[in-house]
Amino acid sequence: MNNNASPTNTDERRLTIAEALREAIAQEMERDPRVFLIGEDIGIPGGFGGAFGVYLGLPEKFGHERIIDTPISEKAIAGAAVGAALMGMRPIPDMQYSDFLFECMDELVNQAAKMRYMSGGKLSVPLVMRCPVGTANRGAQHGQCPESYFIHVPGIKVVAPSDAYVAKGIMTAAIRDDDPVLVFEHKLLYGSKGREQAGGLDLTAHVPEGDYVFPIGRGLIKREGHHVTVVATHLTLYRCLAAAAELALEGIEVEVIDPVSLQPFDTDLIFSSVEKTGRLLIAHEDTLTGGWGAELAARVADDCVYSLEAPIKRVAAHDVPLPVAPILEQTVVPSQERITREIRALCAM
Amino acid sequence: MVQLLTPEGKFAPSASAEEFLPYFEKLTDADFRKFYTDMVTVRRYDTEATNLQRQGQLALWVPSHGQEGAQVGSAYATKDQDHIFPAYREHAIAHIRGVDLIELIRQFKGITHGGWNPFDPKHKNFHIYTLVIGSHALHSTGYAMGITLDGKTNTGTPDTDEAVIVYFGDGATSQGDVSEAFVFAASYQTPQVFFVQNNHWAISVPVSVQARVPLYLRGTGFGIPGTQIDGNDVFASYAVTAKHLEDARSGKGPSLIEAHTYRIGAHTSSDDPTKYRTDEELQGWIKKDPIARLETYLRESGADEKFFTSVHEQAADFAADIRRRAVELTAPGPESIFRSVYSEPHPVMEEQQAWLAAYDASFEEEA
Repeated sequence: MNNNASPTNTDERRLTIAEALREAIAQEMERDPRVFLIGEDIGIPGGFGGAFGVYLGLPEKFGHERIIDTPISEKAIAGAAVGAALMGMRPIPDMQYSDFLFECMDELVNQAAKMRYMSGGKLSVPLVMRCPVGTANRGAQHGQCPESYFIHVPGIKVVAPSDAYVAKGIMTAAIRDDDPVLVFEHKLLYGSKGREQAGGLDLTAHVPEGDYVFPIGRGLIKREGHHVTVVATHLTLYRCLAAAAELALEGIEVEVIDPVSLQPFDTDLIFSSVEKTGRLLIAHEDTLTGGWGAELAARVADDCVYSLEAPIKRVAAHDVPLPVAPILEQTVVPSQERITREIRALCAM
Repeated sequence: MVQLLTPEGKFAPSASAEEFLPYFEKLTDADFRKFYTDMVTVRRYDTEATNLQRQGQLALWVPSHGQEGAQVGSAYATKDQDHIFPAYREHAIAHIRGVDLIELIRQFKGITHGGWNPFDPKHKNFHIYTLVIGSHALHSTGYAMGITLDGKTNTGTPDTDEAVIVYFGDGATSQGDVSEAFVFAASYQTPQVFFVQNNHWAISVPVSVQARVPLYLRGTGFGIPGTQIDGNDVFASYAVTAKHLEDARSGKGPSLIEAHTYRIGAHTSSDDPTKYRTDEELQGWIKKDPIARLETYLRESGADEKFFTSVHEQAADFAADIRRRAVELTAPGPESIFRSVYSEPHPVMEEQQAWLAAYDASFEEEA
C-alpha cells in the first residue's frame, strides 16, 4: 500500500526542495524549448535567483530570452503567460509571494482556468505558477496560504509538495501538464535558511538525477498507523509527523498522509485510511473556515460516515489575518503541541 | 531636470527651475537649517534601524539612505491640512509630519502592522505604510475625489484648501493600480500630486525595464503634466512640490513629479544590492549625496562648525533614544490576535478566542 514513498537510500544524493525545484525546471527547460520563466527579480546572472533562490544559476545557463525579467506588473506577467500558453508555450510566471496571486486573479480565474472550457476544448493553457506560502515574520500580506481559494476554481490544478523528491517530480508533472497548475511551496521548507524556523528539520531528501514524474492527484502515506488518520501539508505536515512520533511513545499509532495534490485530491487514499483507522484529523496552516480541510471533511463524511468512530477534527490557523509578531504568528498557526493534544483528544473519544 | 543646488553645493538654478524660484525664495536660512537637521537625523535613525535589524531586533528594515533630499523637501512643501499617502520608505516624511519614529520600529519589529493613527491630529494626515506595491495610488486618488466632493479644495483659501500627495517608486509605475489611478485623477481632476521617487532600482530590476521614457512623462497620455527634478536637491524638491501642491489646491488638477534619486542601501534588509548593481554606479551616486551638498551650501553661507556639531549630536541622541526604546518593546498578548478583524463582535472570533484562552489555561492546570 505504501508504494508511493520516496526512495530512502541515504548514500545517494540529497537535495533541498529549492534545489529539487530548480533541477526540475532546468531539466524541463533543456528537454523542451517551449518552457520559459517570466517575472520580477529572476534573471540577474550571479543574482539571487528570485525571491527565494529557486532560480539560482538558471540565468547563466538559459539567458534572458528564456528567463525574462519584467516590470512590476503581475497582471501583465500572468496575462502574457496565458497568451504564450494559448499559443503552445509552457510558461512559468513568477509572482514572488503567493499573496500576489490576488494581483492577477482575473487572468487566473477568468482566463487561464476557463479557456479550455469556453473554447470547447480547442485551447489549453499549460502554465505553471510557483506560489510560495507560509508565515515567515512578514505579516498579513506576505505570509498567507491561499491554496484553498484555487481548489474552488474549476479548471485549475493545485499541488503542494512538501519534500524534495515530490517537489522535483511534481514540478516536472506540472510543466508537462496541459492545464494551468499552481504549485504551492512553503517558504520555510526550501532549504537551509528556513531550517531553524522549521524546527531544525533536515529538509533534504534523496532526489534521483534523471527526470521523473510524480503524478498530480496522488497522495503519500508518510507514516503508517492504525489508530487515527492525519492529513497535512507543508510545515504542518512535519509538525504532524513529530506529533506522531511523540504519540507513538504513548501507544497511539498515527497514520500521516501528505495529500500532495489538493485539486484533484487523492480521496481514495484518504478513504481507505479512514476505513482502517475510523478517525480523521486534518491540519493546515491556512485559516479554518473554507480551507481545503473543510472540503476533505465533507468528502469523508459523505463516503466514510459508517467507518467513523469519532467526529472529523480540523486543526487550522485561527480565522484572523496573520499577525506579524513571531510569537503571535505561532499562536495563530497550528503548533506541534496543539496538533499532539488534538490527536490525543480525538483518540480518547 | 529642475535643479537649484548642484551636487557640488553651488546654488545654480537650471533654466527649467525658473517658474519654481518664487517658492524657493520664501525660504529662510532657518528653513535650510531645519532641512539639514531633519536629513541628518533621519539618516542617523536609518543607520540605527539597519543595525537593530542586523542585531536581530527587527524582522526587516527598509533603508531610506540617499533619498532624504526628495523626502524632506517635498514634506516641508505640504501644508498641515494635506493628506499624505506613503509607500514604505518615507521615514523622513513620517518624521516631519509628527509621527514618532519608534512607530516604524514597532512595525518592522513585528509588533504592529500599522502603528500610528493617521487621523490623530498630531500625525498631520500621514497615512500608514502600504506594503503591496502601488495600491495606495488608488486610495489617494479616491481620497482626493472625496476632498473635491466635500468642497474642501479650490475655495480660494489656500491656507485651508486641501490637497493630496502620494509617494511611490519607479517600480510601482508599472502597476496597473497606478495607471488606473492616473485615469481617475485625470477624469475627476483631483487635487493631487503623484510623487515618484525614482531611486533607479525595483529590488534587482533597473528603471530601464519599467519605462522607455522618463517617468515624469508617464502621465502625459493620461492628461497629467509632469516635472522631473533632481531628487537629491532638497531645494528643488521643496520648490517644485510647493508649486504642484498649490496648483492642486487651486483647481488645476493632478500632476506628477519624478524625483531622480538613488537607494544607497538594499531594497530591504533581505537583499544584497551588490548582486545586481555595480560599485561604480553606487560611487557615482554617493558623489551626488543630498546631505553633503546642502552642508557645503550652508558652510558657504556662514554656518559654523558649532551648528554642524550640534546637529550631529542631536541626531546621535535621537538614534540612541530610538535604540533604547526599541529594545524595550514587547509583543502584544495573544488576545490581540482577534482584535480589529471585524468592526463588531463576531461569533467566530468569540469562539476561537474562548478556545485559545481555554487551551492556554489547560497548561496551567497541568502544571
